[in-house]
This record gives sequence, C-alpha cells and structure tokens, in this order.
Amino acid sequence: MSDATSIRVEHSNRASRIGLAIVSGAVIALAAAPWWADRASLRLLSEIYAYVALASLWNLLAGYAGLVSVGQHAYVGLGAYVLFALAMLAGVHPLVAIPIAGFAAAIISVPVALLMFRLRGHYFAIGTWVMAEVFRLSAAQVSALDGGSGTSLPAAVILSIAGTRQMREFVVYWIALALAVAILAAIVMLLRSRYGLALTAIRDNELGARSNGVDVARVKYLVYVAVAFGTAMVGALIFLQKIRISPDTAFSVNDWTAFVIFITVIGGIGRIEGPIIGTLVFFVLRQTLADLGAIYLLILGAVAIVVMLKAPKGLWGLVADRFGWQLFPLERRLVIGGKQPS
Amino acid sequence: MAALVPAIHALLVTTTWMPGIKPGMTTERTGCDVEWLNTILQGVLLGGLYAMFAAGLSLIFGVMRLVNIAHGDLIVLAAYVALVTVETLGINPLTSLVIVVPVMAALGYILQRVLLNRTLGDDLLPPLLVTFGLSVIIQNALLQFFTADSRKLNAGDIEIASIQIGGGLAVGVLPLLQFALAVAVIAGLQWLFYRTALGRAFRATSDDQPVAQLMGLNNAHVFALAMALSLAVVALAGVLLAVRANFDPSIGPARLIFGFEAVIIGGLGSLWGTLAGGVIIGVAQAIGAKLDPGWNLLAGHIAFLIVLALRPQGLFPKVQG
Repeated sequence: MSDATSIRVEHSNRASRIGLAIVSGAVIALAAAPWWADRASLRLLSEIYAYVALASLWNLLAGYAGLVSVGQHAYVGLGAYVLFALAMLAGVHPLVAIPIAGFAAAIISVPVALLMFRLRGHYFAIGTWVMAEVFRLSAAQVSALDGGSGTSLPAAVILSIAGTRQMREFVVYWIALALAVAILAAIVMLLRSRYGLALTAIRDNELGARSNGVDVARVKYLVYVAVAFGTAMVGALIFLQKIRISPDTAFSVNDWTAFVIFITVIGGIGRIEGPIIGTLVFFVLRQTLADLGAIYLLILGAVAIVVMLKAPKGLWGLVADRFGWQLFPLERRLVIGGKQPS
Repeated sequence: MAALVPAIHALLVTTTWMPGIKPGMTTERTGCDVEWLNTILQGVLLGGLYAMFAAGLSLIFGVMRLVNIAHGDLIVLAAYVALVTVETLGINPLTSLVIVVPVMAALGYILQRVLLNRTLGDDLLPPLLVTFGLSVIIQNALLQFFTADSRKLNAGDIEIASIQIGGGLAVGVLPLLQFALAVAVIAGLQWLFYRTALGRAFRATSDDQPVAQLMGLNNAHVFALAMALSLAVVALAGVLLAVRANFDPSIGPARLIFGFEAVIIGGLGSLWGTLAGGVIIGVAQAIGAKLDPGWNLLAGHIAFLIVLALRPQGLFPKVQG
C-alpha cells in the first residue's frame, strides 16, 4: 500500500475536535442573539467581539511575531477616521467603507513599518506610540471632520445601513460577530500554514528560527501590515456603532491599547485562546467593578502585572498545559502511514 | 494619506509666515527676526527639560537594557510629591527638592528591588508589560487621590524675573536655571559614569552581567542604585515641570515620548546626545507652536521621524541598541 510511506501532519486531536464543536455551537447561538437578547445585551456582545478581535490581532503581533507595539490605537483610530471621511465626504456606503478602511490602513502601515522597524526591541514599542500620537494630532487638524472637537455621522448615512432602527442594530451586530469570527479564522488558517510554523518558531526562539532559514524580517513585516488591516476594520466598525468620533476617543491609548494588552496578558499571550478567555475575564471584571472608576483600571493593571510575573502563560496557559486542552486545531503531529510514531 | 494632509498644510502656512515675505513689512522685519530668535531661544531652554526626561531614561537603558514605560508617569508622580510637600510644609517648590529627590530615589530603589529586577532577562515582554501596567496604575492612583484638575506649583518672584541680553531679547531666569540644571545633571552623570567606582559598576553590569557578578558585584543592588539615580533625575525634572506649566495625572505618557525622542535623536547611550536631542525637540515644538498652536507637539514628533528616517542611529551613537 502506498499508505505505508505517506507522511502527513495531523492538526486536530480529541480536545480540539470538542473545542471546535463548542466554538461552532457558540457562534450559531450568538448569531441568533437578535432573537433571544435585548438591545443592551446586543451592544455588550458587539463590544466583546470587538475586543476579542483587537486582542487576537495584538496577540498575533506581540505574542507570535514578537512585535510588542503599544501603539495599535493608531490603526483603530485611522480605520474609524477613514470610514467617517468616506461616508461623510465621499458618499461611500458605510458598510463598503469598512474594508476600504482596512486597505487604507494596510497601505499606510507599509511606510510606518519601514520607519518603526529601525527601532529595536523596547524602543520599537515607544516608537509605535509616537506614531499613534502623530495620527491623533493629524486627525485633530482635519477641519473637514471638525478637527479636535470631533463629529457625528449624519442621519442619511445611518439610514443607508437599513430602514428601521432595529434592523440597523441587527445588521451592525452581525457584522461585528462576522468580523471577529473572520479574524479568528484567518489567524487559525495563518498559524496552520507555513507562515504559522515560521511564526511559532519566531515566538519560541527568534535566533533559532533565523538559523533554520526563516526570513524573520519579512514575516514580521507581513504580520505588521496584516494586523494593521484587521485592526483598522475593527476600529471602523466600533465607531460606526458609536456614530460619534473625536481624535481623543478614536486614538485612545487606554481603550484600544491598554485594555487590549491586559486582556491578552491575563488570558495568555502567544496562544490563540488567550485573548478570548482574557476578554471574558475583562468584561466580568468590568461589569462587577465598573462603579469603582479609576480604581478599576488600577486593579486591572495590578492583575496584569501579577499574571505576567507569576503565570506568564496567562490563565489559559495554566489550564491548557495541565489538561492538554486546545480550542482550535493548531497542534502539529506527524502521522506516518496512518499511524502516529510513539 | 491622512497624515500627509497637515504636512502640506504646514508647508503652505510656513511660506506665508516666513518673516519678510509679506509686502509692506520691511519696517517690521527686525522686530520679526527678534521674535523668531526669541522663539528658538525658548525652544532651546525647553529642550533642557526634555534632556532631563531623556537622561533618566537613557541611564537605566544603558545599565540594564530596560525601557521604563512608566517614566513619564513617574515624572508626574514627582510633581505631585512636590505638591504635597509644598502644601504641607509651606516651602518654595525649589526648596522642596531637598525632600522630593530622596523620596523618589528611595522609591526607585524599592521599585527595582521588589518588582523590576524580576522582569529582567532575555525576553522583552515582561519589562515592557510590567512598566506599562505600572504606568496605568500610577496614572489612575493619581487620578483617584488628586482628581483630574490641573495643578501648578508657584515658585514666587523667580517665575517672572528675566534678564535682558540685548537686541530686545530677554530670557526668563527660571528657564535659564532649568537649562543650567540640565547641563549640570548631564555633566554630573557623565562624571559619575566615567570617574567613580559606582560608574564603573554600572558600566561593568552593562557590558556583561554574569562577569560583573563574578567580579563580586551584586547586580540586583547595582540595578536598584541605577533606578534610584534615574528617579532622582526624574524628581528634579518633575519639580521643574510643575513650576513651569500646569500638570494633571494624564500628561505622563507625553513626557515619556519627548524623553524617548530625545534619546533616539541624540543616539543610544550618549548622555550629551540627549541634550542635543532635547534641544532639537524643544526648538521644533517652539517653531511649530509659533506657526500654528495645533502644530506645537506635531512638529516635535515630525522632527523625530525625520531623524529616524535619515539617521536611525541618532546624531551621536555610542552603543548598538
């Protein structure tokens, strides 16, 4: 039999098959949420999807590619501003403007990456923050969108999404869910590809990856641009839902970078499940501690520091390593002739 | 290219604002020139403050390859420590340095021993994330205790005193003092690094940690001393900042960014380079502000990006980062 010499790589195991079944079931139930959830819950769920997407993208960037950016709010705000500019000034349908915002950010991220990659390690982090500041201050200078004071989407633009208010909320909800699922799926596919192998190698040991022939600089570059693309689409959608934009909210370091980093670190950096678990923990904490105001952020920062020092693999890392769990089929096991080498 | 729009806008504005271009201004040209000279001078003096932000940052990066994201928030914390000291003891803010500097230095020592030493290693992530968390914690703790209100320290008559230096130019005594202190701090650090036993310990751990330890140095203690020294400089910078302008809990990250830009422009590891870097950022901001108030900060960042594009190693590089 030819089967005897065939070698293939098995990605899934029993845990990942159960995990995928759970994820699929959850996605179907969540897609049906307009029929079982009230308006406030839909808004909360949309917000959760946005954070799952942002944290997953940051995790890909920092956890896998080793590019610790503290300036991803640059792309959230950029995507949002491109959407507002296209919808208000060029008359583009807001839903069409979302992918265009992604492409615009990807194009702008190319020269930005060229500049930022000149900064090594730690300095790259602060460099990305400078870039985000440059974007914010530039947005404040765009007088067509009311500069520093910000602006709102006109009624005509909002009406173009759908006729009734209820339908509009449903449409935006479904797009938020679809975007988060698409971003997660894209990351899973990426990690299963050759690039995923390269990224995992870079995550585990950059020098080792390089000595095994991985073009580290090129992989990092591609990941940076791809993450800018996704982050800007999420940003565009977030502000389409908010309807109102200003430079300080669109380029908020707390909302779009600090929270995202804490979510990823608490959940488990360098693992695809981490951002999902982290987002759930983040929203549970927020719903219970939100009344505390500034103290809430203080607690969140302290929790992130403790997790980083005591459990650097995050909450998911603690559980997954112990029980061998994985939600997504990402494992690589060599299967020779239909049997696994023991 | 949303980022380019303001740049083009600025070019247009620049040409119309250049002295001597407008017709019928010949009689005012000298006045205008003095105004520009004054702007640049103010920028240079402001650059001294930025150099002080940068010196503390550069110092700890040089010794332990740690970039402290909470650096700016620690500057603001020092300003609030000074505020409390001034309000409880009723002394001049400049006198309060006698208390603020040792308090911040002690805080730096403890912070390094208890928290930051645990983050050091080959992995970049822990120090970045821990200092980022620290930044958020300091900001929100200050917000909780002091609210978001703007505060300022009043240093008395020295604030409005100025010296005429001829040609219609005058410099404030306070900005001049601030610049002189920055030069003194950098000269002092330079001396400490290259002329003292402590400086030798700093350089030894910077070059090779395990070997330094084999030679009998306690790295944890050396690092803590470096952080204490860094926060002593931070304390001085914080008090000068608080006397110079309004401050509130949220302004830390911007101070970190100015200091960082000065470090990169000056070249990694070069203390005098940070002074040059600070002056360049200060002058760019002053010129930007004169062109258009909205251009104040943006001009500084653009100066940084231009240097990064043309000379990524900085003006006076010393170590490979």
